[in-house]
Amino acid sequence: MERVLNGKPVVAGSAKGMSVVSTQPISFWGGLDPQTGVIIDRRHERCGEVITGKVFVFPGGKGSSTASAVLLESIRLGTAPAAIINAHVDPILALGAIVAEVLYQQSMPIVVLSQKDCGTIKEGDRLTIAKNGTITVNRSQPVCTGKAPE
Amino acid sequence: MHVKLSVIDRQKFEGQYGDAAKLAMSILVRMADVCGATELMDVTQAHVDSCALMSDSSLEFAERLAAGGGRVSIPTTTNMIPLDLQNWQRLGVPEDFASRALRLAKAYTDMGCVPTWTCAPYQGYLTPRFGQQIAWGESNAVVYANSVLGARTNRYGDFMDICAAITGRVPKAGLHLKDNRKGQILLRLVDIPPKLQEDDTFYVMLGHFMGKLVQDRIPVIEGLSANATDDQLKALGAAAASFGAVALFHAIGVTPEANTLDEAFQEGSAEHVIEIRPSDLKAAWEDLSTAAEGEKLDVVILGCPHFSFAEFRQLARAIEDNPGSSCANSRTVVLTSQSSYALLKRSDLLDRLSHFGVEVILDTCMFHSPIIEPETKVVMTNSGKCAYYAPGHLGVQVAFGNLRDCIRSAINGVVCREESLWKEC
Repeated sequence: MERVLNGKPVVAGSAKGMSVVSTQPISFWGGLDPQTGVIIDRRHERCGEVITGKVFVFPGGKGSSTASAVLLESIRLGTAPAAIINAHVDPILALGAIVAEVLYQQSMPIVVLSQKDCGTIKEGDRLTIAKNGTITVNRSQPVCTGKAPE
Repeated sequence: MHVKLSVIDRQKFEGQYGDAAKLAMSILVRMADVCGATELMDVTQAHVDSCALMSDSSLEFAERLAAGGGRVSIPTTTNMIPLDLQNWQRLGVPEDFASRALRLAKAYTDMGCVPTWTCAPYQGYLTPRFGQQIAWGESNAVVYANSVLGARTNRYGDFMDICAAITGRVPKAGLHLKDNRKGQILLRLVDIPPKLQEDDTFYVMLGHFMGKLVQDRIPVIEGLSANATDDQLKALGAAAASFGAVALFHAIGVTPEANTLDEAFQEGSAEHVIEIRPSDLKAAWEDLSTAAEGEKLDVVILGCPHFSFAEFRQLARAIEDNPGSSCANSRTVVLTSQSSYALLKRSDLLDRLSHFGVEVILDTCMFHSPIIEPETKVVMTNSGKCAYYAPGHLGVQVAFGNLRDCIRSAINGVVCREESLWKEC
């Protein structure tokens, strides 16, 4: 099953990866260990999850203004997500990704999607992000919800 | 690029003002697109948080700007640095870590920053004026500057602050513009007992509840006491900016853009009205601690954000309530700035605090500098911000308590908290 969602690129780039989905905002500083790519905020529902190489889908950032520096360091170390999808623009995360392009010529795209579209991405979906913000969603097995398929 | 640049902006962008200004302007231009700004505007003060994190990339960025001729063009203060510049050897910070932190500090002072090294810049040198356009980093400082002082800044991430300081420019967007500062959610305090509202704990719990609830919206608090102190408002903002992304709150009759409800909402109305009752705050209090009563306590951490002189005085009073006592059974650490410490040294308080066993740590904090032993298991604090981040960042259990609780617990070496505050809630 393949679907296409039209997102808006915040930091444009292409990427592929399996989704890790959360409905909770997160502060990358104090929330992500840039050495390991593990979520460490014990108050976050995905605490313990490795997000390296994944497409991390969550509403947006919160908390510390050092989040940009943590994202930059995780991109440098290769522990960052493959891409980020948010429901609203988070300038602090965008900044981390932009400085990574300037300093290290490494790209980690960020796309914003409507909250409704964000909600249609399920854990483990295979996502392909294009430069123009288009997201192709592949789900290998349909999720059985008891409702008619979307 | 969609943003319209002035002649000088363009010259900076094209490199006529040197490599650092070019790099800074290229980042600003991209960030203007991110924010949807069509032009840049002047700022007249900056507070740089980019010096806080000890990472290779943060150091590389700072040294590249400094080597590229970067000089701040507006008065610029610095957030904490990952090192107590005076006491790091005594604190056992490894030499290689210290030498990198010193390079980080040097890069920012070489660029002309004022070496304040504090996360509470609003209680020291260069406090911004009402209405002043500024570019501040550090989440607790941002919310204080916007809300309590009425200065105007967005929540600037690390690197944006120094780019703004070098160029004196930011994208014209967000909280720099009056229209975007109007209240969105009305929080009405209902049936809060006066005794509760006088206690510092109240402000932390309100910040915790508010941050989680409103996230990045602008709350307007109705019913806050006009007697709230600067330190209580600091604690409120710091908690709200940790549990949420609050960059600005209004409090009717307390903060300068909210003399009336109409002023706070700029003649508009609230999107939501929410009542906050003592039971909500009690639930926040219960949620904030992960360590149980009676657990063995390793360290009490005070000063997150950095302690003011008034807070040192409060601490001395809490200690005097327990005559002849000391914290022999657990460390009591207070984080502060050199400027508060200078006042402390000139008062009679320092001896009294030292006698109890208080360790004063300068310029830094335990989240950025390795000053808490790795085997530490239980931490107690009077800070909502510290209580939020400590479990994940330090890998510890945390207990929240007010100053009196923290001091009693430090004396006993176990977590003990007064629950009478919540008896009628």
